[in-house]
Amino acid sequence: MQSATSMTSPLLEIANLKKHFGQSRGLFKYDPHAVRAVNGISLTVKEGETTALVGESGCGKSTAAKLISGALAPTSGDIRLRTRDGTLLDVATLRGSARKKLWRDVQLIFQDPFSSLNPRMTVRQIIAEPLRNFGIARGEEATMIVADLLDRVGLQSNAMNRYPHAFSGGQRQRIGIARALAVNPRLVIGDEPVSALDVSVAAQILNLFQSLKRDLGLTYLLITHDLSVVRHSADRVAVMYLGQIVEENTTAALFSAPKHPYTHALLSAVPSHREKEKTRVVLPGEVASARNLPTGCAFHPRCALATDLCRKVTPQITTGSNGSRVACHTPLDEAST
Amino acid sequence: MTDISQHESDLLKSYAEASGFRLGWAKFRKHKLAVVSLYIVGFLYILAIFAEFMSPYHHSDINRRHVLAPPQVVHFVDHGGGVSWPYVRELKSERDPITRRLSYVEDVETKHTLRLFAPSEPYEMWGFIPLETRFLGISEPKRGATMFLLGTDTLGRDVLSRIIRGARISLSIGLVGVALSFVIGIVLGGMSGYYGGWVDTAVQRTIDFLQSLPTIPLWMGLAAAVPPGQDPIVTYLMITVILSIIGWTGIARVVRGRFLALREEDFVLAARISGASEIRIILRHMVPSFASHIIASLTLSIPEMILAETALSFLGLGLQSPAVSWGVLLKDAQSLQVISQAPWLLIPGLAVVITVLAFNFLGDGLRDASDPYGKT
Repeated sequence: MQSATSMTSPLLEIANLKKHFGQSRGLFKYDPHAVRAVNGISLTVKEGETTALVGESGCGKSTAAKLISGALAPTSGDIRLRTRDGTLLDVATLRGSARKKLWRDVQLIFQDPFSSLNPRMTVRQIIAEPLRNFGIARGEEATMIVADLLDRVGLQSNAMNRYPHAFSGGQRQRIGIARALAVNPRLVIGDEPVSALDVSVAAQILNLFQSLKRDLGLTYLLITHDLSVVRHSADRVAVMYLGQIVEENTTAALFSAPKHPYTHALLSAVPSHREKEKTRVVLPGEVASARNLPTGCAFHPRCALATDLCRKVTPQITTGSNGSRVACHTPLDEAST
Repeated sequence: MTDISQHESDLLKSYAEASGFRLGWAKFRKHKLAVVSLYIVGFLYILAIFAEFMSPYHHSDINRRHVLAPPQVVHFVDHGGGVSWPYVRELKSERDPITRRLSYVEDVETKHTLRLFAPSEPYEMWGFIPLETRFLGISEPKRGATMFLLGTDTLGRDVLSRIIRGARISLSIGLVGVALSFVIGIVLGGMSGYYGGWVDTAVQRTIDFLQSLPTIPLWMGLAAAVPPGQDPIVTYLMITVILSIIGWTGIARVVRGRFLALREEDFVLAARISGASEIRIILRHMVPSFASHIIASLTLSIPEMILAETALSFLGLGLQSPAVSWGVLLKDAQSLQVISQAPWLLIPGLAVVITVLAFNFLGDGLRDASDPYGKT
């Protein structure tokens, strides 16, 4: 269904994306205390791959998801999406109803399966909403498609006339997935799609993601704080800290040999049954405020390896061999991990 | 066994397929006080709509021989001790030879039995349906046979008939006033919540200003602007407009709050990403979610309107006699001397209390039912 070359071509390219909140408008009125939620991230999502964006709460990963899905307008930067007809769509400049073009190809799966479904609409109405709005199908035809989608996400078609209150969290998340799939999107963004679910239910949903990706050739951008989710489903991982990507690599390489000291600390915090063999890196202090970023490397106040250079000069993200990227003056080599 | 599981799965199905309205209704019915209040409110409105038929006399019939007559008791046991059809005894007036004060005593000998659909003098319902029957009355009307169940006022008019007739204005002013406030409130509140920014600031500061005004002086000022000696209908409409000028602020706040809360809901963002237009998001996704809240808060603002009208008329700023409203009736009970002599003139106040309580309980139940998905 997809040729080998198109599988690896970039579907989404993000360049120097920024979102600052609370910044006063006007050309010369820059607010130095704006919350720099997303502070210049660059990322490429390749078609057919699952890319994970990880980081702790407040690092800006959800804001990034909102920017990419067009729910928020960025302060600056570029987001370019290759649409189904092969053209490049400049997402960052889309406003208002022009964003419908984006949503034809990019859909979002929400964190909270309870608030993301309108309680006053039946499952059929919820899933048929995009079909109707994008002019894909109506009436009987839409009902057929809804039944097919429900089957695909592992729900029975008698769920159609029920209201969301009759379903469990996992089932609701399946309904949300069916709604996202209704337009047959190219990119599905999951904003913490399983963090509100029980572990066993979460595993089922992640397996559903895998099988949908296989069957429909989907591309995923998973926003999560859960490293076990990343290890289970992602092909590539980008680690965020205070609005910036500090490291990006393939999942296998990142988990086996983290280069950034923050990634190293993050991975060491994952509980392991081989606890004795591991040395847990405990970071001193707290995450700095996105309103008042430290000078130089944003991570330097908590970094054991920080030098004077780190305190003064912000490290640029550099691409190393085999496509890995890291933003650090003193990256860890494989020997030190 | 299969029957039971069949029944259970039917129940499950009906719950799963129950709409928000049905879930809300089920929740409302659990609120016993609200259900009782719903019946009371319904009864009061039936009284008000069919006021001419429901009242035993015409509300402005004057009985010179029965001025300030006390309420007549309905008896079920006759003078001999036997059980009887409900009846009232004839009132005989006596004048104290020294103080010249009029007092009434029941004549135990003269019985006037009561009946439903009793014959009466001809009258017109709603001004155009001629009738000669009233809901309750004396079975054989003759001279001196009276049935003043709640007594009479200073002109000998039947208080019960006047309360029933007054209900028409007092109860409808709440509805009309709320309808007016509703229109202003939903438009301004909706704009305030949906657009935000300076529109929001302007509307909210206006509301703050209106709510900071002391109501009674404001009413007095506005009522002074209503020209006196007008057709009662005009005065009535003016009064509702005056009440709505203050009344819309509460509803606007509720609408704005719901808009703000819903704007942040994931399902609204989901609808947007599903390609829904802004109009569709408002009408199809947001309004159904807060319509029930609006109905509940409207119900809670009706009694405020009723009380306001009562207060205005009581102070002589609202409706004036010969128009009949509960506030106008209470105005008769302003003098201490009259109250000490005829405490039954305060009964219209009881009607206000019952109505306001019933509306408040009803609104309470509706508010609980308005969010059928929340915790109980």
